Amino acid sequence: MGERGFKHHPYIPNSLPEVQAEMLRELGLNSLEDLHAEIPKELVFKGTMNLPEPLKSEYELRRHVERLMGKNKTCKENICFMGGGCWPHFVPAICDEINQRAEFLTAYAGEPYEDHGRFQSLFEYQSLVAELVDMDVVNVPTIDGAQAAATALRMAGRITGRGELLLAGTISPEKLLVIKNYCGPDLTCRKLDYDKRTGQVDMPSLQTALSGETAAVYFENPNYLGIIEEQGQQIADLAHAAGAVCVVGVDPSSLGVLEPPSGYGADIVCGELQPLGIHMNYGGGLAGFIATRDEERFVMEYPSRLFGIAPTIVPGEYGFGDVAYERTSFHDRIHGKEYVGTQSALWGITAGVYLALMGPRGMFELGQTILQKSQYAARQLSKIKGVKGVPFDSSFFKEFVLDFNSSGLTVADINKALQARGIFGGIDLSAAFPELGQCALYCVTEIHTKEDIDTLVEELADILGY
Amino acid sequence: MLRIKRDHKVRRFHQAKWDEPVIFELHNSGERGVQVPLTEAGIVASVGDGLSTIPASMRRKAELRLPEVAQARVLRHYLRLSQETLGADLNIEIGQGTCTMKYSPKINEALARSPQMTELHPAQDPDTVQGILEVMYKMDLFLREISGMDRFSLQSGSGSQAAMAMAAIVRAYHQSKGEDLTRDEIITTIYSHPSDAAAAIVKGYKIITIYPDAEGYPDLQALKQAISSRTAGLIVANPEDTGVFNKRIAEFTRLVHEAGGLCCYDQANANALLGITRAKEAGFDMCFFNLHKTFSTPHGCGGPGGGAVGVLEELAGFLPVPLVEFVGGRYILNYDLPDSIGKVRMYYGVPPVMLKAYSWIMSLGAEGLYEAAKVSVLNNNYLYSKIMQIKGADAPYVRDKQPIEQIRYSFEALKQETGVEVEDIQNRMPDFGLHMWTSHHPYLVPSPVTLEPTESYSKTELEEYCATLGHVVQEARENPDIVKTAPHNSVCHKIDYSVLDRPEDWCITWRSYLKKTKPE
Repeated sequence: MGERGFKHHPYIPNSLPEVQAEMLRELGLNSLEDLHAEIPKELVFKGTMNLPEPLKSEYELRRHVERLMGKNKTCKENICFMGGGCWPHFVPAICDEINQRAEFLTAYAGEPYEDHGRFQSLFEYQSLVAELVDMDVVNVPTIDGAQAAATALRMAGRITGRGELLLAGTISPEKLLVIKNYCGPDLTCRKLDYDKRTGQVDMPSLQTALSGETAAVYFENPNYLGIIEEQGQQIADLAHAAGAVCVVGVDPSSLGVLEPPSGYGADIVCGELQPLGIHMNYGGGLAGFIATRDEERFVMEYPSRLFGIAPTIVPGEYGFGDVAYERTSFHDRIHGKEYVGTQSALWGITAGVYLALMGPRGMFELGQTILQKSQYAARQLSKIKGVKGVPFDSSFFKEFVLDFNSSGLTVADINKALQARGIFGGIDLSAAFPELGQCALYCVTEIHTKEDIDTLVEELADILGY
Repeated sequence: MLRIKRDHKVRRFHQAKWDEPVIFELHNSGERGVQVPLTEAGIVASVGDGLSTIPASMRRKAELRLPEVAQARVLRHYLRLSQETLGADLNIEIGQGTCTMKYSPKINEALARSPQMTELHPAQDPDTVQGILEVMYKMDLFLREISGMDRFSLQSGSGSQAAMAMAAIVRAYHQSKGEDLTRDEIITTIYSHPSDAAAAIVKGYKIITIYPDAEGYPDLQALKQAISSRTAGLIVANPEDTGVFNKRIAEFTRLVHEAGGLCCYDQANANALLGITRAKEAGFDMCFFNLHKTFSTPHGCGGPGGGAVGVLEELAGFLPVPLVEFVGGRYILNYDLPDSIGKVRMYYGVPPVMLKAYSWIMSLGAEGLYEAAKVSVLNNNYLYSKIMQIKGADAPYVRDKQPIEQIRYSFEALKQETGVEVEDIQNRMPDFGLHMWTSHHPYLVPSPVTLEPTESYSKTELEEYCATLGHVVQEARENPDIVKTAPHNSVCHKIDYSVLDRPEDWCITWRSYLKKTKPE
């Protein structure tokens, strides 16, 4: 049997046999086999791992992976009208430039003295999102927006000492599964009805459901169906009157034009950061934020890292560090709030860069452009026979429902046909919202040109036979 | 000219110090960082300003006080902040124990940043994403080989989320047997990661914690006393964060099984075990790996990472949906798992991280993984021999053992002798371009230092780290003030952390800072 291992591997400096021999000699050992002495014989793996032969060079690896990934059809050479939790937006080059910087990319858990820049950039990220949502406290990002919602709801559960969550009925099915898993068994989820005419929260349903057990009322703006919830203040007032916390999920790309939830009674605001300069990455570009007022009863319930600014011994010098670290499970595994660990910090830094680039005017223009383009798309698509544009009597942002019930085709059929023509059609809602029949959720953002939209209209009309 | 003499023992380092303002201070009204693709005239002609459809109550009223900064100024600002960050690519990152700070190959990053990865929407028809689905499927197959488990879900975005997923599976399993209400206890060890306990608490469990016995191994007698009809499961790391490998782990899992519990393996410390020993043979029902630790993907200042949860066949139905299957020559997403815990993260996890981990495994193969495991242990033993030559250093749990891949040392003797705290040493190490971590919970080892060299560092780099630590220890004896007042060559000087614990003083955002502080 030949010598085991992979000598002279470029990633493993000490795979050199002569170096290994020297180190072993210093340790009084004869071979690598003498290591792992603490592993009992019966636990030593005697088989071989059936893994592919390694690709011997970086070039071969590149060829292999590029061939494999070349099988994907992307939203670059196709026109993508899908959103629903991950959205096609433009990514400024500087966002990528910063998040691939070796220092940010490979830092992890350093102290403020060697990672001052990491602490400052995340403090700035918190501060920039705080302006967007008009609140004073924002956390270091959570794993994704669904996790942010789930944690915000657990925070509400702890603050109220109650066990029931009331969730707007239009919540995304994916997000609901995350929340249910994360909040159970301590908290139970109850979906509210939505008003079939407006797509907004059904107020009688909310009034009936509120009780002394309600920990939180959760709704989104815009909601999963793209609809702008106009009853925010009434919902918050009802929640507060029942002693519950009002939690609102928000799309940050809307906040240049839409009122932030703090303006209509939200106690905890949460959402998804991906629209802010982060590529979709097949869903891997997600990161979540949570924001509250600067009140101890809220701040002490965050499980996340919270970075704060502090003076140093040198006048005029900024320092940064962890705020109220003793809340966290790093400090106390039993009494810490939920748990903390790796989340999505690099995307937080990226979202900060994005907001710094955009400024107030950029965020306003982004919101306005999305409104205009999505309204135009909805209007043009409604003109197609067999398509009913936006079956809800409400205004919308970025996404809207298209009703294909009278087309005689299923959304699945339509999307197959669109795909063959280089278009990724809107998300099929027929499984998650069976009461809507054959409806699809279309997403139009600043990246869509008039030509893209007109192409969709033409192709759809052709597919539907008009 | 004379040859330049280079005989200093420690690196004469100074971190880039830009004295950078906070981004809001760069504001200059009217400057812009980037132009938004605006609406074409034809659309404006059709729909107008787009705003009038929004009810007045829902239009933003408060001024948006984001800074206005021109592009190159934003770039410079963040490049400077990046230079004020000591990433693992720049330093000998062996001072961050438990985190496996190995080299993240650049080729993997380049591959993951191609449009074939970045420009995919998660709702695309599986037929259009066969490449990335194949990567996800192959990762499942690879991890099965590495662990002996039968099925993996790569949905978790981190180790802690994977620990939570395991606890959720334990609960769903007992629920399926009608025992979830009576089995309400999870057993863990004190030197498993804090999240193993904390995430199980989130899933409604009471925690019973096993401490080390006199020899430093998890206490078998304590385990026997802890096990009862209330036991839902065991969630442990092995080796533990001290670097001690629980030799009796098979007995632990057997005893928990006999009581009807499930055994869950936190494999955050798996780097030394690749091809050496596996979860299955140790009797575990499930395990998780951190792709950003063992499988080399970069840590990103704290994510995005990847947690891969693997289970035995009989538990596969409890995994989060969807699973990637290979059916009829194509990859599909299978949501049909009636017992599934649902979801732990949106969509499928972090696919670019999976692609990087896949590329790493493809660069090493089975023998390369074995080499990585062996060298990580060789490096740690070598480091150990050097550290123990530093007077004042001790390794309480591994003293009479051959360590695995990391060690929690104690510098308590040095503190008793000199009054220099381990936090002072921690503050001094950045003056030489190095990081040194103490510990998270539990704080049982006095004056702790946790080091993990991985396979990524050369012998001379290990020696540099030890020489620098030795130098700081010498300073602690000869010139303690320089250690106690450190850092000196870093971006900033000693911070007054006390403000961060006082509600009236903490400022978590710039706007809060402006509200809560008064100019002198």
